[in-house]
Amino acid sequence: MISAERIEEAAYGAMFRAGIEIPEDYEAGLREIAKSETGDLSAFVIEAMLENYEAARQDRRAMCADTGLPRWFVKIGNEARLEGGFIELERRLRRATARATHDIPLRPNRVHPLSRRDHNNNVGINAPEIDYSFEPDANWIDIITVHKGGLFGSDYRMLFPADGIDGIRRFFMDTLIAFGKRGLACQPAIVGIGLGGSKDVCMTLGKHAACLRIVGDRNPDPDVAKLEDELKALGNDIGMGAMGFLGSAMVIDCHIEVGDCHTGGMPMSVHTFCLASRRAVARIHADGRIETRTDPNWFTPYMRRESVEWRQTEPA
Amino acid sequence: MATDGTGLRKLRLAAPVSDEDLKRIRPGDIVYLDGVIYTGREGVYRKVVTEGADPPVDLQGVSNVNFHCSPAAAVQDDGSYRIGAVTATASFRFSHALPTWFEKTGCKMVIGKGGMSPKDYRETFVPVGAVYLTTVGYGTGALLGRGIREVVAAHWIEELGIAQAMWILRVEKFGPLIADSDLAGNSLFESQNAAINERIESLYRGLKLPALRRHGETDDKTEELI
Repeated sequence: MISAERIEEAAYGAMFRAGIEIPEDYEAGLREIAKSETGDLSAFVIEAMLENYEAARQDRRAMCADTGLPRWFVKIGNEARLEGGFIELERRLRRATARATHDIPLRPNRVHPLSRRDHNNNVGINAPEIDYSFEPDANWIDIITVHKGGLFGSDYRMLFPADGIDGIRRFFMDTLIAFGKRGLACQPAIVGIGLGGSKDVCMTLGKHAACLRIVGDRNPDPDVAKLEDELKALGNDIGMGAMGFLGSAMVIDCHIEVGDCHTGGMPMSVHTFCLASRRAVARIHADGRIETRTDPNWFTPYMRRESVEWRQTEPA
Repeated sequence: MATDGTGLRKLRLAAPVSDEDLKRIRPGDIVYLDGVIYTGREGVYRKVVTEGADPPVDLQGVSNVNFHCSPAAAVQDDGSYRIGAVTATASFRFSHALPTWFEKTGCKMVIGKGGMSPKDYRETFVPVGAVYLTTVGYGTGALLGRGIREVVAAHWIEELGIAQAMWILRVEKFGPLIADSDLAGNSLFESQNAAINERIESLYRGLKLPALRRHGETDDKTEELI
């Protein structure tokens, strides 16, 4: 039985790590892309961001004052048992969000869409979002927090099979150019693409592709992986760098997740995870041990299964 | 790194900013500020510009530097404020508010995210002698947070909340910031966009149009969207 107290402790700690410490895969990716940046201003921006990460770590201060939308992704082992069940889990995640917002501090970003009422704690109606996934043959629970920028850089479009790869290339560039100018997307970014699924799942897959996979990771389907490489190169060939200045540093990495879709359509979504790519993970084992990491490892073979039945042929 | 941007000109200026210093600023300069600045965005503009309220303090005597920002701040148990990180929010959304704001407050420098349109500079900034600086990144929240030495006051915090309140901040080596506009209304973002636009047509050459088009405001990739 995993205690509710441990869940809140793990979630509270993850909020601090996400807000303050840039994940090592993103920072390494930024250092790598900086090597080939030839634009003076874009290079200056990247240098300043690398200094900013260091200042955040030294001061234990949030790396970006725009908290974005702090939210939770929870992967639950099929054999895990939680004290108080799922209602208590959600209560603990909301408490951790509010406490960490005050204690770090993070900027309270969540307001009612019409009245603009602010509870000053990043908690409210349908906020923070909590997404769930499940893992066979496991008795742990993974608590993942992502603080993703919430205003610019995402778009959705219903493409059709005849639009093919051209249509994908076009919509990819449309989105990067529209939000890349003046750096509204806070690039260089991890670009996540959802291909297929129903409309809402298409958006979700793209968001998860941006936020829940690490720089350097490739989709296990070789055709999808090839398209990831192609689009990454295409984005870095636009001629735009950080803040929309002349340069090449636009896409740190490109991740695509697919879902089977309507036979007549090919929906696509594009999402950008920014210079403050904030994510942190805590695994709580059945014995109460908490292990921390930055790789969500969200897309397990079980998540990407195609068949009616699930048969685990090898360890995940 | 192929280039580190060390060829860029760096300025360290006092805030409130003087007319002499405003004249020195060129698009692309890297700027650091020392002195007093204040925050103001949707909530403050709504009260002062839309509803006609007076600013909560006589800004002419405080500062002429308006930062489009909400700090990551917390109110402590003893009523004091703790500031963590600060970064800017996208400024183009406040275009409608600035003419009245400049008139009411004597603001001469706006710090924000992403600059404003060339039209805003020509019609709103140039006539009153104001310039625009953008934050870097975005955003260097921890570096800018380090530059805040003191919260002088937090106005309208009960009514507008932490994010929308007017924070008056004493700063030291506050930056880096990049000058977008100068007193003549030249814009760094505008010139950079023009250079990038030259390449865009070739990127799309040979790609067929989608089967189903979309209604929208523009399909011209070189057009400014702000």
